[in-house]
Amino acid sequence: MRPEYILKLLETGERVDGRKLDQFRDIKIETGVIKRAEGSARVKIGKTDVIVGIKTEIGEPFSDMPDMGILKTGAEFTPIASPEFESGPPREDATELARIVDRGVRESECIDLEKLCIKEGEKAWEIFVDVHMINHDGNLIDASALAAVAALKTTKIPKLEKDKIVREKLEKKLPLSHTPITVTVGKVFDKFIIDPLKEEEEVLDSKISIAVMEDGKICAMQKSGEASLSPEDVNEMIDLAVKKSKEIRKLL
Amino acid sequence: MGMKTKEKLIVKGKRLDGRKPDEIREIEMKVGVIPNADGSAQVRFGNTIAMAGVYGPRELFPKHRQEADKAIIQCRYNMAPFSVDERKRPGPSRRAIEISKVTRLALEPALFLKDYPEMVVDVYIEILQADGSTRVTGINAASLALADAGVPMKDLVVALSGGKVDDTLVIDLCGKEDNYGKADIPIVFLPRKKEITLLQMDGQLTVQEVKNIIKNVLKAGETVYKKQKEVLKKKYSK
Repeated sequence: MRPEYILKLLETGERVDGRKLDQFRDIKIETGVIKRAEGSARVKIGKTDVIVGIKTEIGEPFSDMPDMGILKTGAEFTPIASPEFESGPPREDATELARIVDRGVRESECIDLEKLCIKEGEKAWEIFVDVHMINHDGNLIDASALAAVAALKTTKIPKLEKDKIVREKLEKKLPLSHTPITVTVGKVFDKFIIDPLKEEEEVLDSKISIAVMEDGKICAMQKSGEASLSPEDVNEMIDLAVKKSKEIRKLL
Repeated sequence: MGMKTKEKLIVKGKRLDGRKPDEIREIEMKVGVIPNADGSAQVRFGNTIAMAGVYGPRELFPKHRQEADKAIIQCRYNMAPFSVDERKRPGPSRRAIEISKVTRLALEPALFLKDYPEMVVDVYIEILQADGSTRVTGINAASLALADAGVPMKDLVVALSGGKVDDTLVIDLCGKEDNYGKADIPIVFLPRKKEITLLQMDGQLTVQEVKNIIKNVLKAGETVYKKQKEVLKKKYSK
């Protein structure tokens, strides 16, 4: 049986594709892939493939943050990307993924939302980050978070004429101040692994997704997976995520 | 997180509600509060009130969702429309969907689901009044409700938040601290073996601060663990 084989390998510190436990697959980042979007990026990690498109609209600021722009993140596990994904509204896993991506961007204060207010309490730019899965071969979270940041970095805000958006005139760059990188660390037996394949993901006991800022600070975390973790595990996983985030950062 | 205020949240070592940084709000726990449920509990941390009801283990329908070798657990975290300042529109938000999922994963390791093939344990959490740390308050209620339902458990499940407010590391964030603080880390764990079953974070912290908060929460959680045991003993010693 395949899962048992994969587990047996992992137990001895090996992986089906010959990588080291803490080694990412090849990562390719391509930006400007969707012309209609105000910003976009496609990230491939091995065979995992996701596209993030950024759209802008004008909306009403939240009443508790009247002078800030608005960030909204969505994700769809489109049936095209995996035989296990079904049509219909986003389910639990897609919702969780969108919220992990959102949290990394939001909590790092990646986008300077204060500069996106048009009229306090009335009008502000809404930035929509939409994650679209093209092919699922594991580690969708890291790929999506990376694509989101890469797409935001290329985003330009359209011109406003009498409060109407003129989309053909992209005026200024989206104001950004930070770059979060999300690294997911999986655990199986007493081993920690990076960038699991889909079939490896299925045998992991547990994992934590950790968003790291450029100064090494942590800005978001999420444990998922069924098994519990010791405090020592968590400490080691954080250290590993910080270390790997530096490698990924160089690709941007 | 995210919202800014010029107001100091900690003045001379005291928090908005007069607490010390490592002090948990007043805790009140009751079990057996919902007659129809197999097990139930209400937990209050300061002004945050959560109620949990457990139904099961019972047969799972539709049958195709049954697992031949174990029971499944289903969780629903829900905020009452009147639990927050601006009325919350009924129905599951994206936030609630996510919290329901991490709650399920937080409780699962405590249960012997293999003993109940083809069954389901339903855990319903209602937040009646929200003043920060609602998910952990709800999980404490769920822990008691599961025990009250007589579902065999490896250990009780203890939930507590930690974080950073102004420049101070604190325990058990209230609503304002949650909104205006620097970081929030909800943690759920099984105390006997210190197994962490839920860990989330938002805000900005150094690696060392994260590690310290986890350590502090595990330590302060002992108080919550003791309270849970007391209230269960009280019910069954009557």
